[in-house]
This record gives sequence, C-alpha cells and structure tokens, in this order.
Amino acid sequence: MASITLEGLKKTYAGDVQAVKGVDLAIKDGEFVVLVGPSGCGKSTLLRMVAGLETISDGTLKIGDRVVNDLEPAERDIAMVFQNYALYPHMTVYNNLAYGLKNRGFKKPEIEERVRHAARMLEIEEFLTRKPRQLSGGQRQRVAMGRALVREPAAFLFDEPLSNLDAKLRVQMRVEIKQLQRRLKTTSLYVTHDQLEAMTLGDRLVVLNAGQIEQVGTPMEIYARPASMFVASFIGSPAMNMVPVEYLATRSTESLLDDLPAGTDVVGIRPDDMHLTPPSTPHLVVESTLALFEAAGAESHLYVRLSESDQPTVIRVSGQPPVREGETLRLYVAREALHPFDSASGKRTGG
Amino acid sequence: MVENRRFLNVLTHLVLIIGVLVVAFPVYVAFIASTHEAGAFVRGVIPLTPGDHFWATYSQMLGSGWQVAGAPPVWLMLANSTIMALAIAFGKITISILSAFAIVYFRFRFRLLAFWIIFITLMLPVEVRIIPTYAVVANLGMLNSYAGLTLPLIASATATFLFRQFFMTVPEELMEASRVDGAGPMKFFKDILLPVSITNIAALFVIMFIYGWVQYLWPLLVTTQEDFYTIVLGIKRLMASSDRVPAWNLIMATVTLAMVPPVMVVLLMQKLFVKGLTETEK
Repeated sequence: MASITLEGLKKTYAGDVQAVKGVDLAIKDGEFVVLVGPSGCGKSTLLRMVAGLETISDGTLKIGDRVVNDLEPAERDIAMVFQNYALYPHMTVYNNLAYGLKNRGFKKPEIEERVRHAARMLEIEEFLTRKPRQLSGGQRQRVAMGRALVREPAAFLFDEPLSNLDAKLRVQMRVEIKQLQRRLKTTSLYVTHDQLEAMTLGDRLVVLNAGQIEQVGTPMEIYARPASMFVASFIGSPAMNMVPVEYLATRSTESLLDDLPAGTDVVGIRPDDMHLTPPSTPHLVVESTLALFEAAGAESHLYVRLSESDQPTVIRVSGQPPVREGETLRLYVAREALHPFDSASGKRTGG
Repeated sequence: MVENRRFLNVLTHLVLIIGVLVVAFPVYVAFIASTHEAGAFVRGVIPLTPGDHFWATYSQMLGSGWQVAGAPPVWLMLANSTIMALAIAFGKITISILSAFAIVYFRFRFRLLAFWIIFITLMLPVEVRIIPTYAVVANLGMLNSYAGLTLPLIASATATFLFRQFFMTVPEELMEASRVDGAGPMKFFKDILLPVSITNIAALFVIMFIYGWVQYLWPLLVTTQEDFYTIVLGIKRLMASSDRVPAWNLIMATVTLAMVPPVMVVLLMQKLFVKGLTETEK
C-alpha cells in the first residue's frame, strides 16, 4: 500500500504529438481514484505511464517515496487489470494467478495459499483447473482481478476493465470492485470513459480532456460544481443543457439573472433541474415545445425546443407526466440551479 | 453446397472415388511391384495382385541394399533422410521463430530493414544460389556431413514471415501482462509465446519435414560417400543403372519404404496441423 504522486507528467510521441500535457496529481494511500474522459483524452496513456508500459517523457512519478520513472512494471509493485483481461490462454486459471508469484520466486505453499485465498474471495475456486476459454466473460473478469489480487501490490491499476461486459454484469462487477477495494484498502487508479462508472466507483474523480486535467474532486463536488463546460457536459446523463444568458434575459420577466458573476454568458441547467411545476424558491420560466417523449420506467426524458430558439434541451422528470408530443410546456428553473459559465474560456465564472 | 439429392450424392461420390483412384493407383502399383520377383514387371502384363516375394524383397533392401547398383541398405538411407529432415524442420522453426520474435517484439535500429532482407531471401532458394553455397560448404569442409546436408537449407524466410504474421495477431496485452507479472523477454517467449504458437509450430513442422525429406539436388551435390546418401538419392541411383534391366521390385520396395515416414508424420500431426492452418485460438 502506498500513495502515488504524479508531478508534471508528460507524454510526447514522435512528431511532437502531446498525449499527456503535464499532469499533477496526488493519490493518497488507500484511495480509489478514477480517471475519466472521452476517448483520446490521454487517460489510458496516463495509466500505462504509471504502470510502466509507456515511457515517461517528462515529469516525476512516485509510488510511495520511490521515484519509479525508469523502473520496469514488475519492479513498481503494481498490478494491472486489462480491458480484454489478457489471461494466458494456455494456462489454467490456477497457473494464471500463480504465474506472477512464481516469477517473483515465491515458495510453492505460499503461492498455493495466496491463490486459494484470492479464488475464495472472488468465488472462482471451482474454475481453478479450467482454461480461460472455458469461462464466461464475467468469470474471466474475476480471474483477471484475481491475478492482480494475489500479488498484494501497492496499487491496482484498472484499464477499462468492465467495458467488455454486458450491461447487467457491468453493474454487478462494478459493485464487487468497489466492495473489494473497500475491504482491501489498496490504492487504486481506474480508467473509464463511462461517467456513471466513474461517479459510482471513485473516492475522487479526475476529469481529463485533451491530455490535461479539467477538474479533480469527489464525484458529488464535480457534479454539483463543474469547473468547466466540458466537465458539466461530460459528467451527468443526460448531459447538462447550455442556454445563452442573452436568451434567458429576453424570455424571463424577472431580473433574477442580474446577480450572475461577471463574464457569464452561458448558464448550464441539469435536466433534472427543469421542472414542469413551479418550485417555491425564486425561479425562471421558459416556454418550450415538446419534440419527443421518452419513457424510461421510473423516469421520463422530455426532448424539447425552447420557443423562438432552436436550442434542443433535455428534461428529466420522475414518473410519467401527462404530456403529448407537440404540446407547449412551461419550464421552471430554480435560480440556484443555474451553473454560470464563460463560453469563450469554457470555465465556470465567479469561482 | 447444402443440396441433398440422391443423384447429386451419387455423382459427387463418383467424382471423389475417381479422384482417389487416380491418386492412389500408382502407389498401389508401386507396392504390388515390390512384392513380385524382379522380372515380373517387364514381361508385358503388369500384375495387379500381390506376389509372394514381399519378405524377400523388403528384407534384402532393408538389410543389405543392392550393392551392384551402389545403393547402401535402405535403413541407412532412411536414417539419413530422417536426420536431415528433422534437423531442417527443427532448425528452420528455431531460427525463424526467434527472428520473428525479435522483429515483432523488439524496437531496434534497422528493424524493418532486417525484416525486408529476410523477406528478400524468399527469392533466393538453394537452386538459385547453388554454386556459391556449394563453394562455401566445401571450403568449410562440410561435404559429406550432416551439417553440410542441413545448414544451407535451414534459414527460412517463409517460416519467419508466417510466425511474424501470427505474432502480430497475439494481443499485445499478453506481453504487457507478463511484464507486469515480472517476466523478462525470454521468459515471456518461453512461457507464453511458445505455448500459444504450438499449433503453428506443428503445422510448419509437417511442411518443413516434408520439404527436407524430398530434397534431391542438394544432397546429390554434397554427398559422395554412401554413408550419407538420402533415400531420394538412393532411389535415383537404383534406377540409374543404364546397362541393366532395372530391378523394379527393389526400386518399388525402396519407394514404398520412402513413403512411410512422411505419411507417419502427417498422420500423427494431422490434428494439430489442420488446427494450425485454420484456427487462430487466443
């Protein structure tokens, strides 16, 4: 167990392509940090740099108190779970788990004991004599986790480990990973492009965009106060609606927009902050036309167009309101639900 | 075709049977000829049923050979051929799998150049470079030796290329996982890559064994002592006696014996062979 410290970490590929443009991050001992971002944002590259599978172009990487920039992956005391599991196809599950221990010169009884222990924890004991190809996706996933577990490393690195599973299994494994990490208290770095996975798993999230950190914080901090328009639209589903202040100013009779921070020209509104009935707090009122109604069981998504603007907007309401497509709807937005942004810089205004 | 009509069934079987007959008949005639006495084959009517000289012919060929035609015992030639074919097959596989490993998994200077130089040697089989190769082998004093028989035939661009293509389909994560698991490059090669390639190795082994077995021109050049004659060479020598009536029974017995080892290799490795050529299991 150890902390992981990234100082000005950079990755430059041949031809001056910068995949990671200077990342500073301190991961505390036992913390579960999720790197999240769209594809191509450099999150996997960053993880692979921590693992030692990519060279570090610039900056310092510390695991514990040790600078590990130039160490081989095996010497960094980390274990990694790969997206496609990367199980050795010709070895039994037992040997898959034992291989890393054998290479490190563990004695047979100790290997046996650790493998059994990990297998029991992951409930894969009955598969120990099977080959990976005889296992289902979820079972392979467990074996891949087991391979990381037996080593009892200082840190776990997960590279989108759930993206090859079907939706139901993904939720189940997500819960299990979380519980396992809670129990073992091993420092973990987890890469995903799925914002829901990120929100539910991480103690802290690191939102990456184009090789740079956009925001670091607990899931709820990031959800409640996104630092930029990018984070705002990336975290939360359906994505946050962006409405120009100018438009709201002409539509809304009340002068609620006067106290928005200086420089604000766009406000973000979460789909669940747009209501069909007026809230008790000060609020804005906007007229719109319902373009599409989507019932999703416990909740419904309303795709509307704000009147005299073609701005497509999504609203999420619980249950199934009695509305018809084509109908005109009045939308109520509480003043405190507005997220002020400056569209030129993309940053949140007013600190 | 998924059609299942009686007429078509009969027709397809007929075609297949004719095909089998065309292929198998000469082999059958060779075997029959080897069971008759020497003159039976040149009398005008070729016998089509087995004769009674089976033991006599085969024990003569295996045991003492046919000294008049300068042919050593067949067992010696079979042994020579086996040694040569095995050495060529193992040598080719060892060298090509290692060079493919280097080309695919290591980033070194002139890697691509190295690959293309290997690839270009596809255009230079032994027949093309036979005189310089002979000169080199002769100068190294390797005439009439197993080394001289096999070494010049061992390098294989084809096998290197096949292994390269196969390695490129092996997911890179396997290598990365083994790195994280603390395996160095050669350990990865031995523990992971080799077992994963086993079917490909088997397929290549069969092909290369037969390639080695049927070599004629090169053994003809580098061997002058009977001790190093290969079986294919021996057959030719049995036939080359121009001033005598060819002893067809002895020749055909040798031919029949020469067919046995390659057939055995194919039969034994059939399953792996087909798997290696068709299946990519990972």
